[in-house]
Amino acid sequence: MMKRAFSRRDVLKGSTALAATVFAWPLRAAPPAAEAITPALIEAAKKEGKLAFYTAMDLAFAQQLAKAFEAKFPGIAVRVERSGAERIFTRIGQEYGANINAVDVVNTADAAHCILWKRNGWLAPYLPEEVAKHFEKAYYDPDALHVTTRVLVSPLAYNTNLVKAEEAPRSFADLLDAKWAGKLVKGHPAYSGTIMNATFQIARDLGWEYFEKLARQRVMQVQSATDTPKKISLGERAVMVDGAGYLVIRYKEEGQPVEIVYPEEGTPLAASPSAVFKAAPNPNAARLFQNWMHGREAQQIIVDVACQYSAHSETVQKPGVRPLAQIKLMKEDPEGVEKGAEEVKRRYAQIFKV
Amino acid sequence: MAIALPAELGERRASRIDLSLPVLITFAALLCVLIVLPVSWLVYYSLTAVDPVSKARVVTLEHFHALFTDPDFVDPLITTITIAVSSSVICCAIAAPMGWLVARTDLPLTGTIRALVTASFVTPPFLGAIAWEILAAPNSGLLNQAYRALIGAPQDEYLFNIYSLPGLIFVISCYTFPYVFVLIANALDRIPGDLEDASSILGAGTWTTARKVTIPLALPALVAGALVAFLQAMILFGSPAILALPAGFHTMTTKIWSLFQYPPKPELAAAASLPLLLVTVFLLRAQHFILGRRGYSVVGGKSGDPRLVKLGRMVWPALAFVFCVLMLPVFLPYFALFNAAFSRIATTLISPASFTLHNIYFTFFELSSTQVALKNTLILGSLSATIGTVLALVISYVTARRTIVGHRALAFLATAPIAIPGIVLGVGLFLSYTRPPFVLYGTLWILLIAYVTIELPAAYQQLQSAFRAVHPELEDASRILGATQLQALRHITAPLLRTSVIATWCFIFVSVIRELSAAIMLFTSETKVVSVLIFDLKESGDLGAIAVLGLSMLLITFAVVIFVNRIPGFGATVRLRNN
Repeated sequence: MMKRAFSRRDVLKGSTALAATVFAWPLRAAPPAAEAITPALIEAAKKEGKLAFYTAMDLAFAQQLAKAFEAKFPGIAVRVERSGAERIFTRIGQEYGANINAVDVVNTADAAHCILWKRNGWLAPYLPEEVAKHFEKAYYDPDALHVTTRVLVSPLAYNTNLVKAEEAPRSFADLLDAKWAGKLVKGHPAYSGTIMNATFQIARDLGWEYFEKLARQRVMQVQSATDTPKKISLGERAVMVDGAGYLVIRYKEEGQPVEIVYPEEGTPLAASPSAVFKAAPNPNAARLFQNWMHGREAQQIIVDVACQYSAHSETVQKPGVRPLAQIKLMKEDPEGVEKGAEEVKRRYAQIFKV
Repeated sequence: MAIALPAELGERRASRIDLSLPVLITFAALLCVLIVLPVSWLVYYSLTAVDPVSKARVVTLEHFHALFTDPDFVDPLITTITIAVSSSVICCAIAAPMGWLVARTDLPLTGTIRALVTASFVTPPFLGAIAWEILAAPNSGLLNQAYRALIGAPQDEYLFNIYSLPGLIFVISCYTFPYVFVLIANALDRIPGDLEDASSILGAGTWTTARKVTIPLALPALVAGALVAFLQAMILFGSPAILALPAGFHTMTTKIWSLFQYPPKPELAAAASLPLLLVTVFLLRAQHFILGRRGYSVVGGKSGDPRLVKLGRMVWPALAFVFCVLMLPVFLPYFALFNAAFSRIATTLISPASFTLHNIYFTFFELSSTQVALKNTLILGSLSATIGTVLALVISYVTARRTIVGHRALAFLATAPIAIPGIVLGVGLFLSYTRPPFVLYGTLWILLIAYVTIELPAAYQQLQSAFRAVHPELEDASRILGATQLQALRHITAPLLRTSVIATWCFIFVSVIRELSAAIMLFTSETKVVSVLIFDLKESGDLGAIAVLGLSMLLITFAVVIFVNRIPGFGATVRLRNN
């Protein structure tokens, strides 16, 4: 039964993406033709009526984004499947390994995943019109298999009730001071894509010895990059070592006692790309969502509501969020992460015991 | 069934097909598939590895070697044993005096106490663990905040640290002690009063009798309780995943689970599962041995109600002790969940300023997984309960009436899953049903199989004891009048068993709702259940939604439990005794 469903999908894939594949593969350099949101696409998407969006975004925001889409295109229900990027990566791997094609659109926080999915041939080429017009080439795949939806940073942050501004850590090195023992909270690279990239970059720039010393500080280990800001805002720990910078900014806006610190050594960076799966059960709704999510409207929601960075050139920067250009950033290296992820997880588990 | 029938009656019956034998063979085969298949895959995977050159599977002991030499596995192994032993000791130390107070003294409010023990029994341990995080996280925990406010201690001082080995042992004990309590209270209930009377007549005082007669007779149950507590603590997944990881250590169950992260290492997971399986089998044999001996010790002593010890002025300290204990698994955690559900910030006490309905709105109207998970949970709960009850009913009928050869094997198969820890079964089922000929991964079927397998032993034991109470003469009469075995079962025995059947159904339903360790291995995004959703939310720290979902889960559970209690003859106490 699985076999038949698969071949039917193959036919479907063939018919919907024929033009794109034929032109994209032989030429390589030229991306497939950009596609607008046409009434035909909307109609076909409405017939499908639903889509599954696997994402690593903070749950509350992912649901907000889904609601905005549902309001714009009534009759298409978005089911948000939120987890850490690495967890989502495992989930999709397990599902595809068992021939279960449940995912329509994915948004991961670890660009390395797209490299592997692309190599497996799981992704469908699809270039939304506004991406072709308003995104720099660095922010989408040359074969249009994935597009950077948002850019994330993983800074330090602290609870202002527990730490005075003048005593706050300014660098990763500061965290090794004995006064922070038992006061740090940190995400896990086997769960979160942001943390995977951050761990990779910190280990590359500061060496694994840094983590060995950090582990002696009795660090509280949580899973998600979206949990570390929650833990410091509750006051459970004073300082977060890594995690979603955007949530710290959001919580500060809401009046919670948190403050962000961009560490002197450089702030880890993670691009968060999205892709449509070739074998998506709702191929039209998937394309509509992918197209809408990278349009001006949704990208501005990402900037305004989620306090993240957009690659869309027409989005207006949000006051109070420090522009990327003014932050000293660590260098992103998805290829390196793709090759080194297993080693990162292994060494991390050795050092932090979980 | 040696009943001589008149010739023509016999002929008339022969013209109808008696389906019982094929039905019974089918059930035996079904049980074999349920149990033998996953366990064989576990053994096969644990002993083989993919050869990197030839890509073929070769036999190897490398996984077991890694298991017992690599500190990544040895440490969790030691931790697990520490947790299991400590929880077991704590549970006995608490449950034994409590069981004695409730069963053998004139302590008032025993009905309420038993009901509260039932409440802690049906509370999912992972939910309890999350609630205890809200209560006793060192800095943000409500109890630690209260402590600092009371004595004016500085910000980083705390009374409790739930993210620690003692914290984990404490929380596990909270939700394991009901098992021990039930065993001990049952044993004490059953100890005949005349043995104690004899002791009194011979001049022993109240306390001497308790010390010399009652306690020794209850001791085997205590040992059995210790074993059950040990097993429960060993195979638990949720609480360690929630409390051990932040503290920076693994237990065996969380380690097995982490082996499925990309790139998955099913061989190691299978190898790590087998020790849990073997220890469980060994301990259950030990328990059987001990409980079996207990059976002889009171043989023939069934007359006379237990005599209640008069507590006198000690009644107040006794009541205080019992309710202090029950604060820990029930009152405090429920309060914490309630607070988190209606407060803007989970660890801020509800006040007019912090009160919000946002969490409720978010959980039911924005969170898109809620509906899917609730639907799946209810479908799986009712299906597993129905199928499990039918299976248990037929098997216990066969074993109680000894109608076919090999009924003992059937009884063994029905109780065997009790030895398979949830996470181990999860791994086994994952290995069995992600490949042809049975590709069930990604469907609700694989979860259904898991739940039915896990719940079958308890259901079987409940119904078997119920069957024993219905005399076979009634069925024989029906058979003589020309009914087939199945018709006799349907029209005579089934109606007599109705209350037990309903109770068993509800028991399975409630147990399925709180199951996490098998589901965490087997779910896919479309077959998520509420327990897994709560665990997902926990990993990203969304406490408000967890509290709302957790309370809804408890609400459904209590509705079912109260429904069972309304069935005449099935009070909470009876319900628990059958476990």
